[in-house]
Amino acid sequence: MSRLTPPPSARDHAHGPADAPVTLVEYGDYECPYCGAAYPVVKALQHRFGNRLRFIFRNFPLTQVHPHAAHAAEAAEAAADAGKFWEMHDAIFEHQGAITDHDLAGYAAHAGIDPAVITGALAAHTYAPRVREDFMSGVRSGVSGTPSFFINGQKYDGGYDAGSLGEAILAATGGQNRE
Amino acid sequence: MATRKSVRRASGTKKPKARSVSKEPVATQYLLPAGTKAPDFTLKSAPDQSLSLSDFRGRPVILAFYPADWSPTCGDQLALYNEVLPEFQRYNAELIGISVDGAWCHAAYTKARNLHFPLLADFEPKGAVAKTYGTYTPSAGMSGRALFVLDGKGTIRWSYLSPMDVNPGADGILAALESLGRDGRPATQPPAAGAPAKHRAGAPSARPAARTEAPEAR
Repeated sequence: MSRLTPPPSARDHAHGPADAPVTLVEYGDYECPYCGAAYPVVKALQHRFGNRLRFIFRNFPLTQVHPHAAHAAEAAEAAADAGKFWEMHDAIFEHQGAITDHDLAGYAAHAGIDPAVITGALAAHTYAPRVREDFMSGVRSGVSGTPSFFINGQKYDGGYDAGSLGEAILAATGGQNRE
Repeated sequence: MATRKSVRRASGTKKPKARSVSKEPVATQYLLPAGTKAPDFTLKSAPDQSLSLSDFRGRPVILAFYPADWSPTCGDQLALYNEVLPEFQRYNAELIGISVDGAWCHAAYTKARNLHFPLLADFEPKGAVAKTYGTYTPSAGMSGRALFVLDGKGTIRWSYLSPMDVNPGADGILAALESLGRDGRPATQPPAAGAPAKHRAGAPSARPAARTEAPEAR
């Protein structure tokens, strides 16, 4: 099985406790329709498993196929520096059909971030290296498309419907649904 | 979805096991293994242009045989390689895609997918180069999904066959390139700083050979 390299660290955007028995890592592309389909599934699983699940999102944009994917990823990273990563991540996945630079600045404003911070970061490619680092860590970890999931560091090759992914997470928790 | 590791088949220094590993058609011949001189070929890279493998002597070459333009998994695989391209270029390596599609088909596909590396037409006689490399799948009339990494002397240093429907990713290619060293010659000393330490040690085929140990074969 492919191993997640590097393992989760403080560098990652994580939702849920660091000592949760299960860490789910997604490599995703904000413009990928399959990632859009996986978004509500992950939300439902976070609700189901509560504090027993930590979720981490890493960027894997296929920029030559998805023209807005790189800027969407960079905008979410810029929002992270303002402490609003998940607000931006969620806003983008909930509006996948409208993610031009103008749209991204609007979602930032809605999250309480100065939109000029986002447009400035996009123009300067401030977060492009960070996004590329995520991408290459995915390549090294055996990610070949999106979304790709890792459960406690092991690549998960099953389906990403709530049933299949939920079963795999449940198995990793040792069978406990909620605390 | 197929479990990748259990169905993968690779040829490193070991000969691949002769067993059916997937319901999908697989090549009936063995892939040319590591250590073999890569057979030269000349194929069309565009309707009015040809390209020879020997043109790239002195540089590592990645040969990516794939079944067909436009099919979903191929698209994902080539889209991934298109994205990883700058990383391949750090090793001065040339990536070449090869399928039995014609040059006009490749031209349309390259344009539609914004690909930045050549696709060669193994079109007439159909699949001749794929047959030479042991990747042709007669039952499908296409090449299997196979990868070769060649060193600067044109010797195969790593080869790998993936099931038709499984995107093999790029991690194996990068590990093979790392083991060559930056100039495409076998690494006799540790590569330049910056290369991850975990891939430095061992023969170029160390990692792929390990992969031939499919779980159910143990």
